Amino acid sequence: MTDLKFTAEHEWARLEGDVVTIGITDYAQDQLGELVYIELPEAGADISAGQEVVVIESVKAAGDIKSPVNGTIIEVNEALGDEPERVNEDPTGEGWIYRVRVSSAADLDSLMDELAYQNLVSNLD
Amino acid sequence: MKRTPLHDLHLELGAKMVPFAGYEMPVHYPAGIIAEHLHVRTQAGLFDVSHMGQIRITGKNTAEWLETLLPTDIVDLKEGAQRYSFLTTESGGILDDLMVYRLQDEYCLVVNAANKDIDFSLLKDQAIPGVELRLCEDLALLALQGPEAVTALGSIAPSVKDLGFMRAAELDIAGKTCCVTRSGYTGEDGFEISTHQTSVAELASTLLALEPVVPAGLGARDTLRLEAGLCLHGNDIGPDTSPIEAGLQWAIPNCRRSGGDRAGGFPGAERILSEIEHGPARTRIGIRPNGKAPVRAHAPLLSPDSTPVGEVTSGGFGPSVGAPIAMAYLPGVLAAPGTKLGAQVRNKNLPVTVCQLPFVPHRYHK
Repeated sequence: MTDLKFTAEHEWARLEGDVVTIGITDYAQDQLGELVYIELPEAGADISAGQEVVVIESVKAAGDIKSPVNGTIIEVNEALGDEPERVNEDPTGEGWIYRVRVSSAADLDSLMDELAYQNLVSNLD
Repeated sequence: MKRTPLHDLHLELGAKMVPFAGYEMPVHYPAGIIAEHLHVRTQAGLFDVSHMGQIRITGKNTAEWLETLLPTDIVDLKEGAQRYSFLTTESGGILDDLMVYRLQDEYCLVVNAANKDIDFSLLKDQAIPGVELRLCEDLALLALQGPEAVTALGSIAPSVKDLGFMRAAELDIAGKTCCVTRSGYTGEDGFEISTHQTSVAELASTLLALEPVVPAGLGARDTLRLEAGLCLHGNDIGPDTSPIEAGLQWAIPNCRRSGGDRAGGFPGAERILSEIEHGPARTRIGIRPNGKAPVRAHAPLLSPDSTPVGEVTSGGFGPSVGAPIAMAYLPGVLAAPGTKLGAQVRNKNLPVTVCQLPFVPHRYHK
């Protein structure tokens, strides 16, 4: 088991202190296929849970990433501007997308743990 | 959902299958769309296009009759020759685009999967006595595409090396009877190979065992044809676009144009021939987004004062171009290469520039 939490929209979130790092899951990157463009949000923006914050485009399709939490974006993974393929190669590591300082860590309580998420994914295929 | 005779092979090869035109089709294999695309541009790839319709027509006066439906030259179509053409609507739109080739006295039409039933009923309804048509659901179709396709296929069927561009021949490949044309949908040299559904799995395996052939899916087929500026029916052409707007006048020979021996006489001839003479109101052109964000089908194009002036019909990322590319229709002077416009994507106005097609030069066999 990892320390990651998951959404039904195939995002992962890792809480460290009051900062949550967010990205897309391996299943999501595999479904999207090779990424060619990621529209990153601005650091400093206040966001609320459910808000569309990132647009992610693969050769096949465009998708969006909704924030699972309320808070302020403190950092985005600028390297993805030139190398969006990092998300394909290492979705939960080098392919992280943005970091949010959360108002309340309790926002993550409703997310799934890895086991629940793997269950969800295994029922999709 | 229908399956092609290569369904098991696709699964064996690890394909990701998606629904397309009523079929379960491979969109890509484990290598991925970009790798498959680049491999076809530089070497060779094998596509299963068995979902496409193959209609075979024989009988007295078939050529004359086909000319009442297609604005091309069928009467003088020689044995072993192939042409690109389209079924037109009464209002001069494109009902479907197709390839037609002649082998002996049989005319073979290759039509889009999504339209094959409509095309076939239309042809049947219009058929004159003596003409016999068959929608050959027992035939499969492979496309072997790329600069190395001729060397690969030539190693087991040497006569393909002598087949000219847009020529067709019936020949044996690895013991299977095939109709081979030197044509394709990638902008590269290559072949389309029609064979019986019971022969195709073995044939595909034989071709995949040849160096440097790899399997390629519909994803790469789409990015390859977009870079080559080739139209996808349902996106870039359809009942609401004329062949002249689409820049396909090259497919209408002089003998079918005003003043020709057999001018007109096909549905929509009045509009189509008039547009050849006077020019269409809008033209299909290429679009290069200035940034990295892809601009996809249906994105509105805006003039500098934010007036909608057109719409993207196909768009995405071009792996060989290494940047986003798109096609669209634009009216009058706006269609001139170099015109700066905006594309509305997710409520943003992204700067784009009009350019000539294709994005990647064609490298057909000469």
